[in-house]
Amino acid sequence: MARTSKFAVLVTSTVAALSLAACSSSGGKQSTSESAAPASASGTPTMTVAFITHAAPGDTFWDLVRKGAEAAAAKSNIELQYQSDPDGANQANLVQSAIDKKVDGIAVTLAKPDAMKANVEKAVKASIPVTALNGGIDSWKSMGVLSYFGQDEKIAGEAAGERLKADGAKKALCVIQEQGHVGLEARCDGTKSAFPDTEKIYVTGTDMPSVQSAITSKLQQDSSIDRVLTLGAPFALTAVKSVKDANSSAKVVTFDTNEELVGAIKNGQVEWAVDQQPYLQGYLAVDSLWLYKNNGNTIGGGQATLTGPAFIDKTNVAAVEQFAAKGTR
Amino acid sequence: MTAAATEPSRAEAIRDDRVATRSLAARMLSRPEVGSLVGAIVIFALFMLVAVPFRNVANIGTILYGASTIGIMAVPVALLMIGGEFDLSAGVAVTTSGLAASLLAWNFGLNVWVGVFLALALSLAVGAFNGWLLFKTGLPSFLVTLGTFFVLQGINLGVTRLLTGNVATADISDMDGFASAQQVFGSEISLGPINLKITVLYWVVLTVVAAHILLRRQVGNWIFAVGGDASAARAIGVPVRATKIGLFMAVGFCAWLSGMHLLFQFNTVQSGEGVGKEFIFIIAAVIGGCLLTGGYGSVVGASVGALIFGMTQLGINYAGWNPDWFKAFLGVMLLLATIVNVYVKRKADLR
Repeated sequence: MARTSKFAVLVTSTVAALSLAACSSSGGKQSTSESAAPASASGTPTMTVAFITHAAPGDTFWDLVRKGAEAAAAKSNIELQYQSDPDGANQANLVQSAIDKKVDGIAVTLAKPDAMKANVEKAVKASIPVTALNGGIDSWKSMGVLSYFGQDEKIAGEAAGERLKADGAKKALCVIQEQGHVGLEARCDGTKSAFPDTEKIYVTGTDMPSVQSAITSKLQQDSSIDRVLTLGAPFALTAVKSVKDANSSAKVVTFDTNEELVGAIKNGQVEWAVDQQPYLQGYLAVDSLWLYKNNGNTIGGGQATLTGPAFIDKTNVAAVEQFAAKGTR
Repeated sequence: MTAAATEPSRAEAIRDDRVATRSLAARMLSRPEVGSLVGAIVIFALFMLVAVPFRNVANIGTILYGASTIGIMAVPVALLMIGGEFDLSAGVAVTTSGLAASLLAWNFGLNVWVGVFLALALSLAVGAFNGWLLFKTGLPSFLVTLGTFFVLQGINLGVTRLLTGNVATADISDMDGFASAQQVFGSEISLGPINLKITVLYWVVLTVVAAHILLRRQVGNWIFAVGGDASAARAIGVPVRATKIGLFMAVGFCAWLSGMHLLFQFNTVQSGEGVGKEFIFIIAAVIGGCLLTGGYGSVVGASVGALIFGMTQLGINYAGWNPDWFKAFLGVMLLLATIVNVYVKRKADLR
């Protein structure tokens, strides 16, 4: 026992000594500003909204969508039930379970419309108002969905292609982080239609070191590539490292943003980002359900409400930066 | 040998298989890693032939980097497989370690190094827990670590969101200790025209150390023994439980090393990363000659397996083949390497 207590003293004193020297003088949670709490409730009775997306676990893009949805929910006295599953059939089951729970509204992404169709129509039939966001611009209307908030991925891709042309780019590499993802393919195809000299490469999005070496090897193989177009913010930041590794002079451009990416645009590591305003998609999809229930309004007049594409580059990054620091852009 | 020497007449009369001396070449060829080595040479020659940038010496660094991030984990996973167990949580455990170091330092405003060492403790604990649960429940390690795999995946996402409100860790590159930690886990060494990432060094050191332990130390014999027949090993006094728990902790240690690289190379860690990598580690070990049933295999082989995987993955890019078919090419190449492996081994065993 004596030995144990001596050991305990030793451990405690070591920990104490370490903890004195252990604190960081900069960075960390303390130095981030707390985001302001959303305004108080609207005064209408509580309603329940199921928010069902095809987000893959750990994708930073969906943080922004979810924050927008939560802000709208807090403002309008809505109890938000956020759920996601990247598998089409599983996502459809989540819609079914929302119908079973008799929620007051459903906001859903239709990235895999064929898998979702039956259950979304079931919800509409059960007189649950449904809004769509982010994916499914061609199919939401036929399912009886009220409104759609998102961007047309093909149009966004074309916009990126036009921008590449205007920038005087010669050859672009389009990096797809998930093989077989319809939306990502549409972005690359759109880019290619406006900027024909675009080549695709597939990388494993869940394995960053392999993303880095794959892009590096492609740049080493083809030195005529002078733009790397990634389809998500974390991959743009990795592509910056690849370009350095390959001693390439290629510039990095991307779809979608997050806090770090806004910083990278500011310091010139990334040229520009195509922004589809994910926060707005989440916010509008939820708030439009509130408007429909409490005032019979629908947004968009039967047409899709486009939240993008817009470009963030050095000229307008300062305006976005303050919101990105709060984690909402 | 002595029997054959004392009774030369009999040995000449009937050639006895059991005591026959095999030629040095045959003995070399029947080592478990030789097949994979031949496979690696075939893949290497193939890409040298078809991919021009593959011949560029400066690009060796990229290929070795791709191989090293697999190899660092393939080494302990091979040891564990020789010891007769699987670890399906190995891929996600890497992410867990990176997240833990980053989140602990960030959330409590600690020096980054404190986070790094707390993450080491956590990774070793996860390994020890896997081993402990294995013996406590008596379930196959396939099931136990499958459970850990899902639990860690959930914890990675849940805790990250709870602490940061996002699904990726915040950038900690402005915190104390980050620069020195980056030197240790994410730096680069230049050798002439070749830029080598520090993971390559770790990979080589791990392979040498693990191969030495496996082939030249008592612990190495224990690993083969517990993988071959655990009850027999226990009967002759091998500490089966300690050996296996130790092997799981070795996987934990290497997961920590990989996790730290992930963190200090990319400054942030995405909480959904690492899923599916456990199979790549196991595949590398199997290409390298490890049996799925345990008791047989090689650490050097596992490292060569990682090299084959790295060369194939990047060689396809270097060759500029149609990317739609990437995974199909990858699968064919790996099959090719494994078939060469099996063929060489069978030939060697027949001699």
